[in-house]
Amino acid sequence: MSLWQQDVPLSLYLLLSALLFALGVVGFLIKRNLITMFMSIELMLNAVNLSFVTFAHQWHAVKGQIFVFFVMMVAAAEAAVGLAIIIAVFRARSTLAVDRIDLMKL
Amino acid sequence: MNGPSLFLPLIPLLPFVGFLLNGVLGRRLPKGVVSAIALGAPLASFLLVLRLGLLVWSGSLALPVIEPGAPVWLSVGTMHVDFGTVLDPLSLVMLLVVTGVGFLIHIYSVGYMAHEKGYWRYFAYLNLFLFFMTVLVQAGNALVMFVGWEGVGLASYLLIGFWFQKPSAAAAGMKAFVVNRVGDFGFLIGMFLLLATFGTLNFSEIATRLAANPELTGGVLTATALCLFVGATGKSAQLPLYIWLPDAMEGPTPVSALIHAATMVTAGVYMVARTHVLFDRSPFALAVVAIVGAATALFAATIGLVQTDIKRVLAYSTVSQLGYMFLGCGVAAYSAAIFHLMTHAFFKALLFLAAGSVIHGLGDEQDLRKMGGLRKKMPVTFWTMTAAVFAIAGFFPLAGFFSKDAILYEAFQHGSLGKALWFVGVVTALLTSFYMFRLWYLAFFGESRDPHAHPHESPWSMLGPLSILAVLSIAGGWIGMERFGAFLAPAVGTIVDPSVAPGGKQLDYILSALAVAVAALGWYIAHRFYHQRPDEPARLAVAVPGAYNLLVHKYYVDEIYSFLIVKPLLAFSRFVLEWVVDFAILGGAAWVLGGTAQLGGAILQRWQSGNLRSYAAWLALGAAVLLLFVLVPWTSVLAGFGIHLGMVAR
Repeated sequence: MSLWQQDVPLSLYLLLSALLFALGVVGFLIKRNLITMFMSIELMLNAVNLSFVTFAHQWHAVKGQIFVFFVMMVAAAEAAVGLAIIIAVFRARSTLAVDRIDLMKL
Repeated sequence: MNGPSLFLPLIPLLPFVGFLLNGVLGRRLPKGVVSAIALGAPLASFLLVLRLGLLVWSGSLALPVIEPGAPVWLSVGTMHVDFGTVLDPLSLVMLLVVTGVGFLIHIYSVGYMAHEKGYWRYFAYLNLFLFFMTVLVQAGNALVMFVGWEGVGLASYLLIGFWFQKPSAAAAGMKAFVVNRVGDFGFLIGMFLLLATFGTLNFSEIATRLAANPELTGGVLTATALCLFVGATGKSAQLPLYIWLPDAMEGPTPVSALIHAATMVTAGVYMVARTHVLFDRSPFALAVVAIVGAATALFAATIGLVQTDIKRVLAYSTVSQLGYMFLGCGVAAYSAAIFHLMTHAFFKALLFLAAGSVIHGLGDEQDLRKMGGLRKKMPVTFWTMTAAVFAIAGFFPLAGFFSKDAILYEAFQHGSLGKALWFVGVVTALLTSFYMFRLWYLAFFGESRDPHAHPHESPWSMLGPLSILAVLSIAGGWIGMERFGAFLAPAVGTIVDPSVAPGGKQLDYILSALAVAVAALGWYIAHRFYHQRPDEPARLAVAVPGAYNLLVHKYYVDEIYSFLIVKPLLAFSRFVLEWVVDFAILGGAAWVLGGTAQLGGAILQRWQSGNLRSYAAWLALGAAVLLLFVLVPWTSVLAGFGIHLGMVAR
């Protein structure tokens, strides 16, 4: 039983996780640059990862840890595909402003 | 039942089997087999009926025969309808006429239709007709009769439109069907009234019920009788529904002979005779029948005077003679009407078949003005036609004399209205004699008016039936009204007997002599106009253009009906189709559906902005709402406001 565990309560970890997630959401909503939005998504994913780890530690369950690895793996795959799309979009339209990328509009 | 087996159900069923065989397989069968089936079925039926007749004649079969325990067809509430048949003098006479004349016309058709492509189809329809007609005649109740009634209408429609590639034939078939529907409507209402009054449609039960209640007269019985009579005017081509019969001449000539002269069109007369107990209780209905009959007889005869199509002359003549029969029914002389029905079946079938022989020999020429001089070229046709012409004109001692005389005598004995009816009948007899001899002179005498015509005598398959019918037209009346009336009396009641009536035999002889004199006068006028001085008719037509045009245009009845009924009906249906159905219902439904989809799409497409950030915002909002829903303890919150959901309230 380590010392810092007692000093830093569970709620602080969760609070940090929520803060990071909220930052990610706000960033995703208000930013116009695709890359920034993409980074916001990564931020949200990692906020979730943090709460997974926290609970895993709290309940002494290894499942949460394993889940984090899954999320990281998916995030890595997503980053590869997402960045490829972003590059393709930039080549085609010379811009990454999402307001201009609205070809799906009816 | 004791006594010999009668095979009554076989009489209609045999032609039906013929219809099924020829109708289903006829296209693949060789012509000989088709003919054998088509002739075999009616022949077998005729022999069965003939056997019945001989049994009755020899006294080993007592009429009427109503076989008990017939299979039940319908049983709804208190109404029970079975397939029971009735064999009494009336239906026996009618069956003999239908199957006998029907069989002869089948033989004739083999020759007449020999070169037709739809040979098998024609005979299938013809057998179908015989099936329905015998069902109609044998029916023991009104509903089964109605089945036969509608069935012969169907067969008539199919045969009028036999050459359906010809627009006029198809239209004539439709006209016959539609006009008959008007009459059938009356028949149906009549049946409803019968059900409401007697609770049964069975003829014998109705008769029993009426006999048990002698105080029952007029009122609903008048209404019932008149409704049934409306049905009869449709089927038997009386005023005002006669208009389909002349057009029905578009069908093959043997069909005109069988259906539109000898048998089907007399079904109305038969029906009135069959339900005579109703008419007997309603003097008013009887008077209507008599007046409509007399009016039709005179009306159609005047139109017949100027027709130039040989078949149309005969068609109007048929309408006129049917009027005679109703005149007979209307003075309650049903057996006289049936007597005329029988003799008329002989000579009118013969007239049509002989006319068919003329048409056949001239290569489908029907215009009297292009005929002439056929006496030498077609001797057998000429002599048989002569027998028929003298018979219908009413010369002693041919068949038409006896029956027409009987009707006129009965009319004369029928009070003051009867005298007027008798006078109309005599005038009609004069006109009848005139237009028949006109046809006779135009077709067979003088010189040929068409240099291209090469008339030839018809084959013996056609001349054979002509000869037999000629014998019947001559001798068919020799049985005499007294014996015929006595035979029919158990079924249709007695008539005034000349030997016991006031005035007695002398009056009968005077009236007969007068009728023959009138017929001779008609012959003389026709002889003068169309034989001695052939240019006279044309000059007369110019002299009285008004009357002539009125007759040539058949009193403009078709035009009046077209203006009064057909055109408004068409306009109304077109209005309903184009504006109500097409525009309002179909168009409206399309607009509502399309409009809803468009409106909904216009609202929903706001979400599909294509803008990534707005999608993200909706996503976040959705997640927030979901969180709110899951995290807030709504049941307790609502309970705080005094609202209890189901679970909590319990």
